[in-house]
Amino acid sequence: MTPVPRSSTRAHCPPGRWWRGAALLTLLAACTGPTAEDPRPTGALAETGGPLRIAVITHGTAGDAFWNVVKNGATDAGEQLGAAVDYNSDGDPGKQATLVDNAVAQGVGGIVVSMANPDALRPAVEGAVRAGIPVVTINSGGARSAEFGAIAHVGQEEDLAGEEAGKRLKAEGKSKLLCVIHEAGNTGLNQRCDGARAGFGGETTTLQVDINNPTDAEARITGALRTDPSVDAVLALNSQVAATAVTAGRSAGSKAAVVTFDLNTDVTDAIKAGDVLFAVDQQQYEQGYLPVVLIKLYRDNANTVGGGKPVLTGPGIVDRSTVDRVAEYAERGTR
Amino acid sequence: MTTTAKPLPADPLAGRAVDRLVRRPEVGALLGALLVFAFFSLATERFLSPAGVATWLDDASTLGIAAVAVALLMIGGEFDLSAGVMTASTALVTAVLATRLGWNTWLALLVSLVFALAVGALNGWLVVRTGLPSFIVTLGAFLALQGLNLGVTRLVTGTVQVSGMRSADGYASAGYFFASTIDVGGTAFRVSILWWLGVTALAAVVLLRTRFGNWVFAVGGNATAARAVGVPVRRTKILLFMTTAAAAWLVGSINILRFTSVQANQGIGLEFQFIIAAVIGGCLLTGGFGSAIGAAIGALIFGMARQGIVYANWNSDWFQLFLGAMLLAAVLVNNALRRRAERVRR
Repeated sequence: MTPVPRSSTRAHCPPGRWWRGAALLTLLAACTGPTAEDPRPTGALAETGGPLRIAVITHGTAGDAFWNVVKNGATDAGEQLGAAVDYNSDGDPGKQATLVDNAVAQGVGGIVVSMANPDALRPAVEGAVRAGIPVVTINSGGARSAEFGAIAHVGQEEDLAGEEAGKRLKAEGKSKLLCVIHEAGNTGLNQRCDGARAGFGGETTTLQVDINNPTDAEARITGALRTDPSVDAVLALNSQVAATAVTAGRSAGSKAAVVTFDLNTDVTDAIKAGDVLFAVDQQQYEQGYLPVVLIKLYRDNANTVGGGKPVLTGPGIVDRSTVDRVAEYAERGTR
Repeated sequence: MTTTAKPLPADPLAGRAVDRLVRRPEVGALLGALLVFAFFSLATERFLSPAGVATWLDDASTLGIAAVAVALLMIGGEFDLSAGVMTASTALVTAVLATRLGWNTWLALLVSLVFALAVGALNGWLVVRTGLPSFIVTLGAFLALQGLNLGVTRLVTGTVQVSGMRSADGYASAGYFFASTIDVGGTAFRVSILWWLGVTALAAVVLLRTRFGNWVFAVGGNATAARAVGVPVRRTKILLFMTTAAAAWLVGSINILRFTSVQANQGIGLEFQFIIAAVIGGCLLTGGFGSAIGAAIGALIFGMARQGIVYANWNSDWFQLFLGAMLLAAVLVNNALRRRAERVRR
C-alpha cells in the first residue's frame, strides 16, 4: 500500500510540546487533586456597603415577552433603589449555572435566579451562598430554595396555580380539558397541567406544541380540536399560545372556551372581547422587582421575608371584571 | 489538501519562520483567541481573576471536547448535526438507567456509551452506504433523537426531565472522574477542562502522527483518490462518526454527573456551536483541511466571548450580536491567514 502523503503541517508539530503542556497541567492539578463533588467558594468576596450590584439570571430565552416583564421589574427596582442590575438568561440549565458562577466570580452584591431546574443549579447556587452572596430564587423551584441556602423565593406555585385554573373551569361547567404545553423541557408547565388535572376533575389531555413556531402550534391545536369536538376548554400556558388557541378554535369550528396563563395586550383584548374566559396571572413584574428590594433590605438591614416559605405572586385571576384596569399595565410592559 | 511529499528541509520556504507559522491551520484561531483574551482582559476587571478564568474555561471545555471530534469528522469531509442532541440523549440514557432501574452509574455510563457508538455507526453506515450527504442523514438522526428524548423521558418519568442522579449507586466515584473540581491556588477548576485538554491532545496526536490520521485527511481531501491508494474510506468515515458520538457521550456524561438532572430538550443548537468552533479553528467546510488543536482554540474563543460579554456588563439584548460579530471577525482573520498559507505552499 502506498502511504498517503501527510499534510505539510505535520512535520512542524512535534508532539513533545503538547505532552509537556499536558504534563505541566497534570502536575499543577496533582498538587491538590480533584476535590469532592461541590466546588469551593471561588474566592471573590461579596460587596459590603457602597453601591449594590445585582445579577438577575433567568432561564427565559431572549425576546420572550414574559421574561421581558420580569426584566422590567428588576431594572425598575434597581433604578428606584440605586442598585445596578445586570440581566442575563440562558434556557440551557448548564449554561444558566455557568452564568451564576460568572456572577459569583464578579463578586456581585446579590444574585436573583429562576430555578426551572433546581438540581442543575444546585452547585452554582450553593457556591454563591458559600461565597457570602445573598441569593433570591424566583419563578419556579420554590420547594428547594431554602434547602440551597437562598434567603427567599418569590414566585408562583405552579401546581397551585394550575389547580386554581382547573377549579374555575369546573365551576364554569366544563367537562373536557386540553392543556397545551409549549416548551418541551419545562417542568413548571407540566406542573400546571398536572395541577389543572387535579383541580378540574374531568377528563384532561395534554398537547405538545413549539412556542417558537406559531404556525405549527396553531395547526396542532386546530387538529386536536377537530379530532375531538367534545373538548370544551383549552388551557394555554402562555399568552402568545392563548391568541393562537383562539384562532385555532375558530378555524376548527370549536366552541371550547380558551383560558390562559400570563397576560399580554392580546390576552387582555381577548378577555374584553370574550374570546378568552380568564387569565391566570402570576404578576411576574413582582418576581423581578421584589428580589431587588429583598436583597437591598438584607444587605442594609439584615431583613428576610417569607420565613422559609415562598412569597407567592400568584395566581391572580384576571377576567372580564378586572381586565380594564390591568390592560393598561400590560400595555406598558409591567403586567 | 495540498501536500508536501518531499522531506521538508528541501522545501525552499521551510526556513522562513513567518511562513512556517502561517501555514498551520490553527494560527488564525490562536490570533483570534489572543485578541478576544486581550480585549476582555483590558475591558473588564474580573475576566483575568482566577474565578473568572475558571468560569470561561469551564464554558469552553464541554464545547471543546465535542468540537475537537467534530473537527476530525469535518476534516474527513462530513458533518454531524446530531452531535448536540446526542449530548442530551446519552445523559438521558444514563440517568434513566441509573435512577429508574437502579443500575450502578458506571454500568449506566457504559451502556449509554454503547448507545452513542451505535447511533454514530448507524449515521456513518447510512452515509457511506447510501451516498446521501451527511447533512441530510444526521439531520434525520437529530430529529429522531430529539423526538426519542422527549417521548421516552415523558413515558418513563411522566415529566420532561430526569433527576436524582446524586443518589444513584456509584455516583461518587463516577462524579469524581467526570464532574469534580480541582483546586488550583484556592480556585475550583472543573475537571472537564482536563478532559478537554486530554481529548485535544489525543486527537492531535492521532491526526498528525498515526496512519488513521492520514486516512482522515485523505478521505476528506479526495475520497476517490484515497480509495485508489488503498485507504479504507468507509471504515474511516464510520469510525469518525463514532468518534463524534463518543465525544458527545463524554459531554453528556459530564453534564449529567455535574448537574444531576437532564431536560429532554437540552442540547438543541449545540451542533452548530461545535461546527462553528471547528471552523474558527481552521477547518474547511469542504473537508481535507483543519486541526484538532484549532477546534479546541475555537471553543476557547467561544467560551471567552460568551462569558466576557457578561463580565463587561453589556446589555444582554445585544449579546448574540456581539457574539456573532466576534465569531465572524475570528473567521475572517482565519481565512486571510489561510489564503496566505495556501499561497506560501505553492
